[in-house]
Amino acid sequence: MDTVATTVFVLLFVFVTVLGFVASRWKRGDLTQLHEWGLGGRRFGTLITWFLLGGDLYTAYTFIAVPALMFGAGAIGFFAVPYTIMVYPILYVVFPRLWAVAHRHGYVTSSDFVRGRFGNRWLALAVAATGIFATMPYIALQLVGMQVVIGGLGFDTTGLSGDVPLIIAFVILAAFTYSAGLRAPAMIAIVKDVLIYVTVFAAIIVVPIKLGGYGAVFNAVDVNKLLLAPPPPDGSSLGQYAAYATLALGSALALFLYPHSFTAILSSSSGRVIRRNAAILPAYSLVLGFLALLGFMAVALGLSKDPTFAAGFKQYGNNFSIPALFMASFPSWFVGIAFAAIAIGALVPAAIMSIATANIFTRNIYREFINPACTDAQESQVAKLASLVVKVGALLFVFAIDVPYALQLQLLGGIWIIQILPSVLIGAYTRFFNGWALLMGWAAGIGTGTWMAAENQFKVAIYPLHLFGTTVPCFIALSSVAMNIAVAVIVSLPLNRVASDRHKDVTVAGDYA
Amino acid sequence: MDNKEKTGARASWARLLLLAPFVAVLWVPFYNSIEPKIFGVPFFYWWQLLWVVLGTVVIGIVYRIEH
Repeated sequence: MDTVATTVFVLLFVFVTVLGFVASRWKRGDLTQLHEWGLGGRRFGTLITWFLLGGDLYTAYTFIAVPALMFGAGAIGFFAVPYTIMVYPILYVVFPRLWAVAHRHGYVTSSDFVRGRFGNRWLALAVAATGIFATMPYIALQLVGMQVVIGGLGFDTTGLSGDVPLIIAFVILAAFTYSAGLRAPAMIAIVKDVLIYVTVFAAIIVVPIKLGGYGAVFNAVDVNKLLLAPPPPDGSSLGQYAAYATLALGSALALFLYPHSFTAILSSSSGRVIRRNAAILPAYSLVLGFLALLGFMAVALGLSKDPTFAAGFKQYGNNFSIPALFMASFPSWFVGIAFAAIAIGALVPAAIMSIATANIFTRNIYREFINPACTDAQESQVAKLASLVVKVGALLFVFAIDVPYALQLQLLGGIWIIQILPSVLIGAYTRFFNGWALLMGWAAGIGTGTWMAAENQFKVAIYPLHLFGTTVPCFIALSSVAMNIAVAVIVSLPLNRVASDRHKDVTVAGDYA
Repeated sequence: MDNKEKTGARASWARLLLLAPFVAVLWVPFYNSIEPKIFGVPFFYWWQLLWVVLGTVVIGIVYRIEH
């Protein structure tokens, strides 16, 4: 075990724990109200929202997995960059509208909006359930990220005793989320983001100097991994080009539909704050891009052949490439900072995800179906308890299920969450769709998406479509949501004639401006 | 009116600029090449990293025009 690194790691962890508890007094509000506990009172300005969304979207798992994919598979792993380029124009245009209508009507979740817009509680339930099921494996993956760095510090993470550090981290997380709500991850995100920036900038300067410049880094990578494989010249397939583009676009369309992103957006204090953030959040994408290149640096350093790291790679696979890179390139105290950045980077999104799913459970299942007469204080209390249940669930998930399964479920989660796009994103613009038609489209999208993933044994997110004699390898999320929209349109046309439900819309055009 | 001030201005034609980043990164065959390199970085990588920055610039311009 590395004593210096572990000491630095633990000290930073203790520091953010204290912050997490102090946070309940920050921008003080009545925490017995759901929008205070679960949305921080919708009071976060441009800078806090920047830290919060940055800490929320660029998770510990991203920081481990993207470089690992570059390390293993090469150029295709870089799709995270175009993905995070396209996501911000979408944020700029669509989400201030959703913020405005949510603010006007007191909506806390996307399902709240769908309930008000389409007046269909079953559609709202489908949206709520999708959010919860898509998020659970995502929380579990944050723990996997944490496990890798704890393993990197020299702790044995196998067996019952190996789970102890993770359990401690989780109890801390659960406690401050329970008491401070969204204020806790907002405050901790500031520390996390500063640590991440310091760590990544140090790495992208120090490691290439060691290796003899960026040219040397790229020269060390197998030329076939440096670029996407070009499609066959006879035009029979669009090959990796289509896979790369659809992965990026589908992921960009799905990102802000996730409950944790939606929650962070609604917690901002105005639409203007969201637009400003669309312009300044790409700073994180730049960091992510450089971080992806660290995967190539790990290749150039020959880490997978280094006997010092053999055990780590054996246990954690390519996910060990980033921890190994830091251990190989930096003194122990800095390794402690880097690993703390990743572990705290897991706490922030895990906290927001558990708050977001708790909000959904409380608003769209408990209040809607179980106890419609509950008081605001009861509602907030149920959400706090639900956030605990969600976290225990995620923890059990990690212990009970192997990492590959968590990955497969997260892949499915991405395919599922995009199915609420017609109800939420398009619903923010038009009331053309009928509520029942959206529900049928949702079912069709979930069905085809899950089927295509099953055809791939839940291992690959790309499914080949055969269109006009050409094979188009397409990200399943994108092809299945196209099916979803097609069904919703076809069913809406007759329903709008014979059984229009437009009178159930409680929102008016002015609510969106 | 007060609320309009708070949530932002009217949508403008400038928003068409927001399509540029989509074209730049979705047109994969254009940038899937090693050359031209900059500081040893293949075109595939610096083109996309450049668009992270240009994406920010485009959104910044649209924001300026609308507010």
